[in-house]
This record gives sequence, C-alpha cells and structure tokens, in this order.
Amino acid sequence: MIGFQTLLYKEILRFWKVALQTVMAPVMTALLYLLIFGHAFQSRVEVYPGVAYTSFLIPGLVMMSVLQNAFSNSSSSLIQSKITGNLVFMLLPPLSHWEIFSAYTLASMVRGLMVGFGVFIVTIWFVPVSFAAPLYIIAFAILGSAILGVLGLIAGIWAEKFDQLAAFQSFLIMPLTFLSGVFYSTHALPPLWREVSRLNPFFYMIDGFRYGFFGASDIDPLKSLAIVTSFAVVLTILAIRLLANGYKLRH
Amino acid sequence: MPAIEIRHVQKRYKDVHALKGVSLTIEEGEFFGLLGPNGAGKTTLISILAGLARADQGSIAVRGHDVVTDFRAARRSLGVVPQELVFDPVFTVRESLRIQSGYFGLNRNDDWIDEVMANLDLTEKADANMRALSGGMKRRVLVAQALVHRPPVIVLDEPTAGVDVELRQTLWKFISRLNRQGHTIVLTTHYLEEAESLCDRLAMLRRGEVVALDRTSALLQRFAGLQLVLRLSNGVLPAGLRSLAADPNNVNGQQHSLRLNSYDDVEPILAQCRAEGCTFDELDIRKADLEDVFVQIMNGPEVIEGLA
Repeated sequence: MIGFQTLLYKEILRFWKVALQTVMAPVMTALLYLLIFGHAFQSRVEVYPGVAYTSFLIPGLVMMSVLQNAFSNSSSSLIQSKITGNLVFMLLPPLSHWEIFSAYTLASMVRGLMVGFGVFIVTIWFVPVSFAAPLYIIAFAILGSAILGVLGLIAGIWAEKFDQLAAFQSFLIMPLTFLSGVFYSTHALPPLWREVSRLNPFFYMIDGFRYGFFGASDIDPLKSLAIVTSFAVVLTILAIRLLANGYKLRH
Repeated sequence: MPAIEIRHVQKRYKDVHALKGVSLTIEEGEFFGLLGPNGAGKTTLISILAGLARADQGSIAVRGHDVVTDFRAARRSLGVVPQELVFDPVFTVRESLRIQSGYFGLNRNDDWIDEVMANLDLTEKADANMRALSGGMKRRVLVAQALVHRPPVIVLDEPTAGVDVELRQTLWKFISRLNRQGHTIVLTTHYLEEAESLCDRLAMLRRGEVVALDRTSALLQRFAGLQLVLRLSNGVLPAGLRSLAADPNNVNGQQHSLRLNSYDDVEPILAQCRAEGCTFDELDIRKADLEDVFVQIMNGPEVIEGLA
C-alpha cells in the first residue's frame, strides 16, 4: 500500500511542480476555444432549444480538457522515464502491476479533473450553466478521465520514442476528441457521419457529461454510461495484462 | 540458503545469444566479482536478476525467492546500482531517496537515509535538485537509492566507471563496511585491481558463458603465479622455453614473459638462454595480477577444465 501511495504521490508531484505547463496552459487553451468558437457561432447555431451555443460548448470543452490532460499525464510521464532511463527506479522495487496501474491512472485522473475544473471555473463567468443531473456529471468526468489515463498508460508502455507517442496523440486522441461532438451536436450531421460518430467512444463520454448539465443529449445517457463503463473495463484488462507481462518494460 | 542462485540461465536478443546457460551460486556474506569484457553478458545477467529482463530459460532466486514468481520478496532482498547514470530531474536528492524508500514500503526512513547520505558524502547536497549535480554526485545518489531499504544483497554494475578517486575510496569504504556487517556484495567492474583487492571470489564471463569461477587467490595462483620477464639484447628465445611463454603468439620478439612454478625455475631458464648465446638487457620477476589472469582466460580455450 505504501508503494502505491508513494508512486501516486510522485506522479502527482511530477505534474504539480510544472503546473504552469500541465494545468494552467490547458485552461488557457480551452478559454481561447470558448472565446473564438463561441463568438463565431453564437448567433448561427442553436443545438438544443433554449440553450445558447456558448453554454452548449462549455461542458464539451471541460470534458475535452479532462480527456486530453488525463492522457497526457500518464503517457508523457512513462515515455520520459523510459527515454531518460529512470524507469528503473520503479521497476526495481517490489511494486505490483496493480499498484503501478492504479497510481498512474489515479494521477492522470487528478490532473484531468483539475484542468477540467479549472476550465469550468474560468468559463462559467462568461455564460450561465445549469446542473440538471449532477451525478451524471461526476460519473462521466471520473470515467472519462480514468479511460484516458489508462489509454495514456498503454500508449506510454507501447511507445519507444517521443514521436511514436506524438503520433498516437495526433492521429488518434486529437481526432477522436475533436470529432466527438465537443463543438456540435451529432444530430446536426448527415446520417452517415452521425452513424460514424457513434463508433467513437469519446462521443459517449461527452454526450453523457453534457446531459448532466442540460438534461438533454443526443442519446440516452444510461446507454452512454454502459458503453463508457465497458470501454473502461476493456482498457483496464488490457493495461493490467501488459504490465503483468512486462510488455516493452521488462525485456 | 545461498544469497543468489542462478540456474542454467539463457537469454537471446534477436540474433545475439547473450547468455548461454549460466549457472552460479553466490553465498551469503560473499564479496563476489563478475568480470568479463564488454558484451560478455554481465549486465544482461544482472538485469534478469533484478527483474528488468526475463530469462528465456533457467531461473534465478535471491535468498530462495524466485525473481519472477516471488518477485516481491526477491526485490526486497536486492539493491541494484544500475550502470547507466540515470536520475529523475524533477526531484531533489532527499525527495528521490524518500520516494525510493516508499516504493519499498518504507515510510519513515529518514534516519537511515541520513546515514546513507553521510556515508556517501551527500549530506550537503540533500536539498539540491538532481539536475544540478555533477556526474559523480549523481552516481552517489544512485548508490544511495539502491540502499534505502537495507538490502541484504547489493549488486553494483560498474559503479566506478568514470568516477574520480575520491568517490571510489568513499564508495569502497562504505560497501566494505556493509559487507563486514553481513551484506552480500556482487560487483561488476572493468578495474581489475579493484576486483582483486575487494572480491573473495570471482566469475569470469565470456560471450555468455562462465569461463572461470574460483576464489580470487586461487585464480591468481592457478593462472599466473610468477612470471620472469626478460629482454634479450642478443639471440632468440630457445625453442625449449617457448612453451612457458605467457603469450604463445609472441615468441620472436625481444621481450618475453615466462611462467614460473617457483623461484627455483629461474636459474635453469637463464642457464639455457646463455647456453644458446643469449644476452640480457633486462630481467624482472613479478607476481602476476588479475589482469594477466583475465587476459589469459579471455584468450584461452573455450572453457577452462575443472572449473564451474
């Protein structure tokens, strides 16, 4: 237990010591999105009846920040340790794969949720937001950050170089987050693209999260919750197996 | 129960057969040296011992705990100083040591951390960031990190490569003290005089195989003993003496090293040389050191009989 606690503490301290880059900067980016997209589309788009576009945008931006930063945390921590070689400090002690898994995932969740909360705090001054179903907000925020934390862990285990990780981020994580309905409702898409969007697991995270604010969503939030939970379980099993086998960590 | 028991360990990396069935037993309390040229498989063996790599075949146990199936107990018994100079640039020296203690399940370990730092002359740097330390200081922290959990078995993989004299002396003083207190020490090094003066017993690895394994004193005696070094000003080495040459490939030059069984061999050899018309520029009798043994073994036949 102390081993897990220490690894969690180390992972949190690692990003907290450079919070300007790991927490403040993503909040700033989300604020820019809100100002620019909000201003550009404010008068043209009405997604749900009675919900202003900027209000619609905020939960999506919060969730996007949660997801991207949860992913960044575990993946960049692991790849840096691999490249600099200090991963041995974690591989030599008697830490179990469950301890490693939980510490990396939880630290990623802390960073993701911290950034998400920061985005929420700075954007809420611009537009009023309601809380139709707060439990959904909490559930999707926790699950979404956990999933991306685990995904970052898997990417970090797999990648051997920074550019491989960057490719993972640019060609998978970024498109999936941007195409998940952060900036639009999938109902506004042509039928084909609406169906394609349903294949994107990130869509369910954002849609369910947004339901928690407006009580309205593209699909039933319970269904989203079930899909997101299964996704979390599958990724957890995969990550645990990789860690237990020492895949790319213990040669 | 042996400190380390290595049984038939094999490891292959793509086209390199790094370890070809290594078996070794290191007893509790030994100061053991693992020698061999670069690429002999020392670091691979240590990586498997430490759980950083997995053996293709065979097994290793640390104090009876298998390093794969009972890895928690095995790793608790083991402190490893890695060869690469690695560090986490985010933390200070004390933070690094506290975190490393935590990984081993130790919470309030500051008394021991202070003692280790004092012994390695690190106390002044306790609150310095790792990034700001010199190479030698970083090496000391690596040693300290390996010792935070007071491991009964300590493995040092070339700890003195590129390290100044002062640190070497500090390090060996501390490590020797730990050895006297009962810790088992396993050392790989390129500095053979270090191995000669510190290690009770030695294994030499060559291309993934153990080619020599014995007490240091026995190896020195068996392989080198005394040597008569002579420089001829006239004549060539008599044919009858060529079989005594330490380096059989070089019997035509002026300088020769001949193996002696005892000092009594000197006079007959000199007499034989004179009988063939040789005169001497220089004569010297020296006791061979580990370097001669090393060179002989590394250039010798595949596996030395009667060992292992």
